[in-house]
Amino acid sequence: MNQPASAYFIEERHDPNETHTLSVLVQNEPGVLARVIGLFSGRGYNIESLTVTETESQKHLSRITIVTTGTPMVIEQIKHQLDRMIPVYRVVDMTLTKRSIERELAMVKVRGQGEHRVEALRLADAFRARVIDATTESFVFEITGNTDKINQFIDLMRPLGLVEVSRTGVAAIGRGPEGM
Amino acid sequence: MSDKSHDPNQMTGAAMIVRALIDHGVTDIFGYPGGAVLPIYDEIFQQSEVQHILVRHEQGAGHAAEGYARSTGKPGVALVTSGPGATNMVTPLTDALMDSIPLVCISGQVPTHLIGNDAFQECDTVGITRPCTKHNWLVRDVNDLAKVLHEAFYVATTGRPGPVLVDVPKDVQFATGTYHPPRKSDVHRSYAPRVKGDATQIRKAVALLAGAKRPVIYSGGGVINSGPEATRLLRELVEVTGFPITSTLMGLGAYPASGKSWLGMLGMHGTYEANMTMHDCDVMLCVGARFDDRITGRVDAFSPGSKKIHIDIDPSSINKNIRVDVPIIGDCGNILGDILQVFKAEAKKPDVKAWWQQIAQWRARNSLYYRKSNDVILPQHAIQSLFEATRGKDTYITTEVGQHQMWAAQFYGFEEPHRWMTSGGLGTMGYGLPAAVGVQVAHPDSLVIDIAGDASVQMTMQEMSTAVQYELPIKIFILNNQYMGMVRQWQQLLHGNRLSHSYSEAMPDFVKLAEAYGGVGIQVHKPGDLDGAIQEMISVKRPVLFDCRVASLENCFPMIPSGKAHNEMLLPEQANDEATAKAFAGGKALV
Repeated sequence: MNQPASAYFIEERHDPNETHTLSVLVQNEPGVLARVIGLFSGRGYNIESLTVTETESQKHLSRITIVTTGTPMVIEQIKHQLDRMIPVYRVVDMTLTKRSIERELAMVKVRGQGEHRVEALRLADAFRARVIDATTESFVFEITGNTDKINQFIDLMRPLGLVEVSRTGVAAIGRGPEGM
Repeated sequence: MSDKSHDPNQMTGAAMIVRALIDHGVTDIFGYPGGAVLPIYDEIFQQSEVQHILVRHEQGAGHAAEGYARSTGKPGVALVTSGPGATNMVTPLTDALMDSIPLVCISGQVPTHLIGNDAFQECDTVGITRPCTKHNWLVRDVNDLAKVLHEAFYVATTGRPGPVLVDVPKDVQFATGTYHPPRKSDVHRSYAPRVKGDATQIRKAVALLAGAKRPVIYSGGGVINSGPEATRLLRELVEVTGFPITSTLMGLGAYPASGKSWLGMLGMHGTYEANMTMHDCDVMLCVGARFDDRITGRVDAFSPGSKKIHIDIDPSSINKNIRVDVPIIGDCGNILGDILQVFKAEAKKPDVKAWWQQIAQWRARNSLYYRKSNDVILPQHAIQSLFEATRGKDTYITTEVGQHQMWAAQFYGFEEPHRWMTSGGLGTMGYGLPAAVGVQVAHPDSLVIDIAGDASVQMTMQEMSTAVQYELPIKIFILNNQYMGMVRQWQQLLHGNRLSHSYSEAMPDFVKLAEAYGGVGIQVHKPGDLDGAIQEMISVKRPVLFDCRVASLENCFPMIPSGKAHNEMLLPEQANDEATAKAFAGGKALV
């Protein structure tokens, strides 16, 4: 094993990365989001997508949906590290339940005229995107779906005059009658 | 409506803080006043139940509170002002987080209407301390203060203990509100650490233990944190099973060093027998330790043939570095009790005679060997002499960080828990002297010794003044080799002996320095004078700086070189230039 002289055991791990969607139920109090984000940056975990808002205002509960990547050991660590935070009620790995629905909303602005404009509108229709703003030279489409669908729609809009995109990030919920 | 002016629970925020300390049984706090905590200091002045120890630097308050906590099992309390007072607490808070020490820090903050304004001595204290506390709070309403203070004590002391911080703006300290004594509803409903271990997992663990041929028990600081019952049960388990036991730096004293099953400390500077036993075992029982990188060595070669049982109260410690076979989440004491009960009812003592014979062969390698000298004091010899001189006495040991710390762990035998205070996780140079102050406050009649290095001790030397002010007869036993010894050792072994900035060119005269503080200075050069000087140090009932001049280039062995496994230790008799060069080969050649 050839490694530079160091006081630490430097080792590369080659386990393949996995992408997981985590739902985290937290007490909605000042700083709670900073704690969660600080955990990810402080321990070098990835955040692919983060969505948060209060979901039960009576009980001051917020639901955070995080999409993260890492080796299986790192994903397990992330869940435990989140779970031990004082204001965290529950952490559910939606990917492991295999029974979750994930959705994202995006607003996509496209600028163009003539054939491009017609093509954009036709594709939007095929993707069930709605027109929520229009001028003679632009549209804003609203599209809902899983991340792949939205990525695909954005890719198709690119040559047709894509100006900008605003996305909510992923929200997830389990199928069936039970809550998290 | 009742007349609120006669309600004894109506009081200012500052008064609530002192009241809460009293309600939580706090008798001593460590702190430093400043603008944003003056109302609290005014309340402290007007009462006598809580004694305040004035330190010389807030970092000292934090480490003193840590020493207090570790030597008593009670939470340590520190009180600091806003801005620099709070930022100076970052090191002790991080230290306490890494070593799971219950610490409650109360910090002053600028008045709420000035927060965010870059006011004088303002900083984002909760933002800065968020990653170095178990939890922290900014209290904006005096009517939340009692609840938060009670929750702070609860969070600090339950589950995996740790530091917490409560930031209290000055206007909240002045405001009047309603206090209430501690009650259950003060705590977040989302916080419920698990105490009891899973019964199925406990049965699996017992089955593994009962079938073991080459077992080892590897215990850590969690056993000590769990309390005296956990220590008692650990000792009973060793007795009932006949298994060998080793421990981490943090866990020393849970099993007595004089016990027949004791292997010594394990890890980077652990004994050969402890590390070989870990490497070759077939069943490992890890109790309240966390497979830290100083313990495991190369992780993919760590104890390759063993089934591993891991008891820990913190689920995030499980499978963090090393995959284990039987994780049991809960309190060490509780789970050890359950394991013992099932073991005694259902298992018979495994035959580990052959295993002990193997261990005896490893032990015969005498991995802590060093060459004594008549001319110069060897640091290992100094610690052995200190140990002999204090054996059987009511002694507490703290340390700084570096070679002296490892030698203390190797050569000082701890018989009881809570007697050994060292910065394990964070490795904070400057920890030991203020920690000794805290220990001595908690145990005024005991012998409290900081085994120090000449570099570390200068980081928090100012707390000598605290020791003198409060007549705390701490003994600062400095192994003075005029180097940052551990840095120099690594430079010698790994960086071609280029001793970049690890030599202290301008060493103070420690004897004069002690006298300048109003303490006592002792200096010793010759091995023949050592025992007498140590006796003198012990008999003096004042703070002592003991300048023990030791061999300057001694290295700390045995040692697991980086990137190596437990069975690739470098032993002292092998540590000639050629073997060392080979062991550390890969990066840079050795001179």
